[in-house]
Amino acid sequence: MAQELVLVVIKMIVVFAVALLIVAYLTYFERKIIGHMQLRLGPMRVGPHGLLQPIADGLKLFVKEDIVPHDSDRWTFYFAPILNLVCALVLLAVIPFSYNFMVTRLNIGVLYVLSLASVGTIALLLAGWSSGSKYPILGGLRSAAQIFSYEIFLGFSIMGVLMISGSLDLVKIVEAQSKVWNIVYQPVAFVVYVIAALGELNRVPFDLPEAENELVAGFHTEYSGFKFAYFFLAEYANMIVVSCMAVILFLGGWKGPVLPGIVWFLIKMCAFFYFFIWVRATFPRYRYDQFMRIGWKIMLPIALANIVVTGVVMMLV
Amino acid sequence: MMEKGLMDKGSVEGQVTEDLMRDTLKTREMWLNMGPQHPSTHGVLRLILALEGERIVDTEIVIGYLHRGMEKLAEAKTYPQFLPYTDRLDYISSHAMNFGYVLAVEKLMGIEVPERAQYIRVMMAELTRISSHLIWLATHALDIGAMTVFLYCFREREMILDLFEMACGARLTTSYFRIGGVAHDLPDGFIEQAREFCKIFPKKAQDYDDLILKNRIWLSRTVNVAKISGEEGLNLGLTGPNIRGSGVYWDIRKDEPYSNYDKLDWEIAVEHGCDVYARYLVRLKEMRESCKIVSQCLDILEKLDGPVMAKVPKVIKPPEGEVYASVEAPKGELGFYIVSDGSPKPYRLKIRAPSFANLISVPTMVRGHMVADVIAVIGSIDVVLGEVDR
Repeated sequence: MAQELVLVVIKMIVVFAVALLIVAYLTYFERKIIGHMQLRLGPMRVGPHGLLQPIADGLKLFVKEDIVPHDSDRWTFYFAPILNLVCALVLLAVIPFSYNFMVTRLNIGVLYVLSLASVGTIALLLAGWSSGSKYPILGGLRSAAQIFSYEIFLGFSIMGVLMISGSLDLVKIVEAQSKVWNIVYQPVAFVVYVIAALGELNRVPFDLPEAENELVAGFHTEYSGFKFAYFFLAEYANMIVVSCMAVILFLGGWKGPVLPGIVWFLIKMCAFFYFFIWVRATFPRYRYDQFMRIGWKIMLPIALANIVVTGVVMMLV
Repeated sequence: MMEKGLMDKGSVEGQVTEDLMRDTLKTREMWLNMGPQHPSTHGVLRLILALEGERIVDTEIVIGYLHRGMEKLAEAKTYPQFLPYTDRLDYISSHAMNFGYVLAVEKLMGIEVPERAQYIRVMMAELTRISSHLIWLATHALDIGAMTVFLYCFREREMILDLFEMACGARLTTSYFRIGGVAHDLPDGFIEQAREFCKIFPKKAQDYDDLILKNRIWLSRTVNVAKISGEEGLNLGLTGPNIRGSGVYWDIRKDEPYSNYDKLDWEIAVEHGCDVYARYLVRLKEMRESCKIVSQCLDILEKLDGPVMAKVPKVIKPPEGEVYASVEAPKGELGFYIVSDGSPKPYRLKIRAPSFANLISVPTMVRGHMVADVIAVIGSIDVVLGEVDR
């Protein structure tokens, strides 16, 4: 019993420490990759090739003055970034990085991820509301609208996969892909998932809640110092979770020849990150109403049709 | 159904509900202050937006944060002394600003500018147009979220700035033109380097097109946004690429040719879409046309020798009188109205700044659109606050 407990604690520490490190270095890689796509070098000054940049950034944010606006709802203002980061990090608890490397195996893993992800987005709404300033409110309202529309078809896009594997357990879903990856059976669902993920992550072309050119910094306009860092870390942690989920649901998880499972998992995950960064370097941003229209009028029907088709095919085969 | 029943005025409950709503759910538009410190107002422009949700009901433009009293300053300076001030009007296209000013003074004094200087001026003005439009494209795209275009455009602008540096030592505030010509002749190697630019530029312009010209998101953000008809635009005093985007053939370089524009072969860029996208297309085409003009000028300058300064008296003392001269600056019609009392300093100098006139049409353009469109509109009319506030 005690031994098991120690094992769990060790796993937890490893996963969260590694996750936070990855999150920090994700910002570095994003800046580097986008930099090279845009004919510049990205961070170069701190350490060789700017390798210590994320640490310098973290330290900078840590020692910055922590400003709480006069008109803010003080406790909510403090609570929102914590909620956001906690929601993002606890999601990592159920992600199986390989057959036996995960913090805990939950038989309703998918449901857990979906529901906690929604709670995380509520934090954005709270942040926008409690700032007591107009730009954050607009940002918060936008993110509220985003939750409603994108959560729905994110859920629906996964439905086809769940029907095929017949389980909400992430490990079983991966095991069901031993022969053929789900992306082969569910290409449409994969595309819908990716688009919904971009919306869920507030990434270009759907970065409306924090559209810097319109709403200055959206919901976190009034946040500074480490509270801002919380939002930042949460955003990148969410990127990891969404990429992990894509790998688990559609790309066969840790399955792959020769190399050990966890390496395969990380390779696939990195490919997904790269895709997100690539998209950011390429596309302009949608307008809020257009974004909603895409969600409800195009993506949702496609996701529903996909479920119907999957169901019919499963009945016949 | 139930809600409809409740709202029915005939029923007692319906009446009660409506009264309740009138008393407690009073809605009022939200006033949002945008600028002068906002990432996308291109300097220190301040807009006060009245919003209903995210829809714009009304807009008020507040300007003057960059006011330096240029016109008043001119009255205390001699004519050549004021020239460097014109650089600071539209500080990203200073050659064009110089051009308007020297033309006005020359017209007042009746100075004939040597042929070689004329071509150098036209070439510089067109290079300026390209660099100004590059900044516009860069920031406009960035405002709409396409950040890579921004850096691509700055790459090419760098080449133009290098050319400026070669010719006059300065990159931004050039003050290269003089009353009666240009400061000095082009240095060795300038023509070759400019040719290199003319060769490379069309290919690079293709890069920008590849990124956004047919991009669905770009189209949905710009097509049919902020429409303004040609007539309405003319009434509001819109000039330059903005009015040409509304299908009006109006370009001072063609309609009231100054300098050597009538001797060169080029076309006016006009689009009939009247929207943000049309203005974008106009400027893209204009850059390519400018590139054409530059290479023609280079061909001529290679063969044409001669002085680059006319015979101008040491102390510039225009005769009594008044004059208006205008040029097609990158942003639109730039005019200088000068009243001279025969002294070495202007009695009064009025600048017709294109950005200032263009800015007035913003409230008309954005009414009924979303907050995000305001950014697209400000980007699409291309204002520089140095010129607006003067």
